[in-house]
Amino acid sequence: MSGGFRGGIHPHDKKNATNHKEFLNLPIPQRCFIPLQQHIGAPAKAIVKAGDHVEEGQLIGSSDGFISADVHSSIPGRVIEIIDHLTIYYRQPTVVIEAEGQFSASAMPRDPDDWGTLSGSEIISRIKSSGMVGLGGAAFPTSVKLSPPPEKKIDTLLVNGAECEPYLTVDDALMRKFSLEIIEGTRITMRALGVKKAVIGIEDNKQGAINAMRNEIRSANPPEDITVKSLKTRYPQGAEKQLIYSILGRIVPSRGLPMDIGVVVQNVGTVFAIREAVVFKKPLFERFITVGGDLIGKPGNYKVRIGSRISDIIEECGGLKGAPVKIVVGGPMCGLSVHSMDIPVVKGTSGILFLSDKIAKGGPYLPCIRCGKCVKACPMGLLPCELGNAAENERFDLSGELNPFDCIMCGSCSYVCPSHRPLSHFIKVSQQKITGRAV
Amino acid sequence: MDENKKNIFVSSAPHIRTGESVRTMMWTVVLALVPSTGYSIYLFGINPVIIIASSIAAAAAAEAVYQLIMKKPVSITDGSAVLAGFLVALNVPPESPVWMPVIGSFFAIIIVKQLFGGLGFNIFNPALSARAFLMASWPMHMTTKWHKFMGLNVISPELENRFDLPPAVFDAITQATPLTVLKEAPKILQEYNIDLNRIYDVVFSGDMLKALFIGNRGGCIGEISAMLLLLGGVFLLARKVITWHIPVSCIFTVGIFAYIYYSILGYPDPAMGSIFHVLTGGLILGAFFMATDPVTSPVSGKGMIIFGAGCGALIFIIRVWGGFPEGVCYGILLMNAVTPLIDRYTKPKVFGKKSSTKEKKG
Repeated sequence: MSGGFRGGIHPHDKKNATNHKEFLNLPIPQRCFIPLQQHIGAPAKAIVKAGDHVEEGQLIGSSDGFISADVHSSIPGRVIEIIDHLTIYYRQPTVVIEAEGQFSASAMPRDPDDWGTLSGSEIISRIKSSGMVGLGGAAFPTSVKLSPPPEKKIDTLLVNGAECEPYLTVDDALMRKFSLEIIEGTRITMRALGVKKAVIGIEDNKQGAINAMRNEIRSANPPEDITVKSLKTRYPQGAEKQLIYSILGRIVPSRGLPMDIGVVVQNVGTVFAIREAVVFKKPLFERFITVGGDLIGKPGNYKVRIGSRISDIIEECGGLKGAPVKIVVGGPMCGLSVHSMDIPVVKGTSGILFLSDKIAKGGPYLPCIRCGKCVKACPMGLLPCELGNAAENERFDLSGELNPFDCIMCGSCSYVCPSHRPLSHFIKVSQQKITGRAV
Repeated sequence: MDENKKNIFVSSAPHIRTGESVRTMMWTVVLALVPSTGYSIYLFGINPVIIIASSIAAAAAAEAVYQLIMKKPVSITDGSAVLAGFLVALNVPPESPVWMPVIGSFFAIIIVKQLFGGLGFNIFNPALSARAFLMASWPMHMTTKWHKFMGLNVISPELENRFDLPPAVFDAITQATPLTVLKEAPKILQEYNIDLNRIYDVVFSGDMLKALFIGNRGGCIGEISAMLLLLGGVFLLARKVITWHIPVSCIFTVGIFAYIYYSILGYPDPAMGSIFHVLTGGLILGAFFMATDPVTSPVSGKGMIIFGAGCGALIFIIRVWGGFPEGVCYGILLMNAVTPLIDRYTKPKVFGKKSSTKEKKG
């Protein structure tokens, strides 16, 4: 057991609503809304136009630039239009596809390729052409992450199964159901990186996943050095820098990247999808998500096509038990709240939560009472209270001296604040003001 | 579906938060003070009840009136004014006139808290500032209105003259609180030509320490039972309203200083002196309930330890060499003034930043 990072919090994990449930497939929506930017970096360029027929898994947006990712059609059908549509971030070009015709990819017999003969660069090129991005939430293009500059020597792959966000259990369910596939995906990713060592880190509130992964490693006995590390349940255990420190004791330098200290971190869901992409050449057009929160009729883990709208999902998940005060895409600590049910699921969507006012409390905040709970909770050793006061008074000269760019936006400070101050929001405002971007 | 869309609320993450609030914190502190206060009422009778009730009412009224005049939202339900009024009452002698803590509460809320900007902005602890103000204004009421057990003894009903002191000396010392005895005894003893260690034998005796611990003794309303105050302190620790840093470092520092001091004086049992200094006066009340006031203490754990140790050192210095018998109030107030400085030099280390080299700002 390990959990040596500084600070952190213990929110109620609320995982028992979904963590015992089998995966269910959500039906294919009649219409898919597929944004051309579902990743960090440059948006993909549309290569289809209205009226075109597309196959399931067909390339519809081609990556544009070094940090970008391909986008594929989730359903067979006809492109109705390319419009500016609401997404989790803002309005942006979105390909709208009406379902018709045959489901070629999912109906095809799944002939596994023997990836053992592939070289690292061949694996990476398959990953790239699948449009793979990090599925944990940040949605960074995976092929870029797996191709560090040559001067960065990578020696270890960390597979992130911490899943420290409350409510979300999709990674837990994946590890229990697809442990063999995740290990194979880990081996493929290790080959892509050319590393000999991989550690799968899982928080100890997921004993089922820990046991499943350990048993599978024992019985599959892979030739590589793959181990499972049980981690203390403490948010934000799954944050990259904290995970690396907990597992390897290495410290990512301030404003640096894991590759600076020889590590690449991939989420378990990504590793699972990497296997599908490499072994079956399957593009990333569907993913697993947790649908949860206190207002959804049938909370659970579902397989969903990219481009399904939230409104499509609600009906299939038992409807809503009341009017939600917040709809959160992702986890409740780091996720984005959205105001429209027309927003589609994208590659980085790990969950959708429908929360009542009992859980998502808004309301006014009080002045800082300097209790120091945020200082204790901050995993990065910052002073959120002072950053908050500086930002509130628009003294960005002061907040600039308090290391706002070391903030990982975990939200622990806002969570613990007894004055209910939106501290991580204040820090984000400071970052944006200092870099000169409009808020 | 349209119905569902209406009141969807959008904000930055996180979307959940702790159930704790300023209100729950303040009321938890009030609750933690109930057992020791109840015992004081049992010991001293109805007068403390009147003092506490009027002091709390005065503090709440002062806050409400000020906020109404200033057209600010009235925030007395957050409990911070109630707690301040409560603590003012706990810092006066049980026989003091009712108007005195009432004035103290007004001073605490209007001058010390609201004029500096209200909740979160005061530099000094309101209740302790009020005590200092009352000490300066009505020193007689603050230092003589002690409860007399059987009309004679202030110190503790359990204390009998088993120490072979001349009756006049014994009567003289039992007219004062334990700390006043330490302060005044040398003068009395000189008159009778008695060794100072004899007085230490009395105040550091097992009987005295037991009376201090259980609370069968004279003193301010709130500082009577070390045992019940510790119980309240443990409750606050368990509820995570306070952390261990300030009370532990403060009490530990007083204990260590006392041990060293009485060792140097050559008193044969310095440990008893050390325990006496920890249990007596307002130390437990101050260390757990007033030095831990979040607004006026540092924010980091390291800062809190320095703050607590500073309080402890000042308290002991004032008790032994200062002009007053008790130093808790001034010790904490002086450290309140140093808090911004402590905060500046005890910033936590940023994860991933090298402490030796100052990185360029990006």
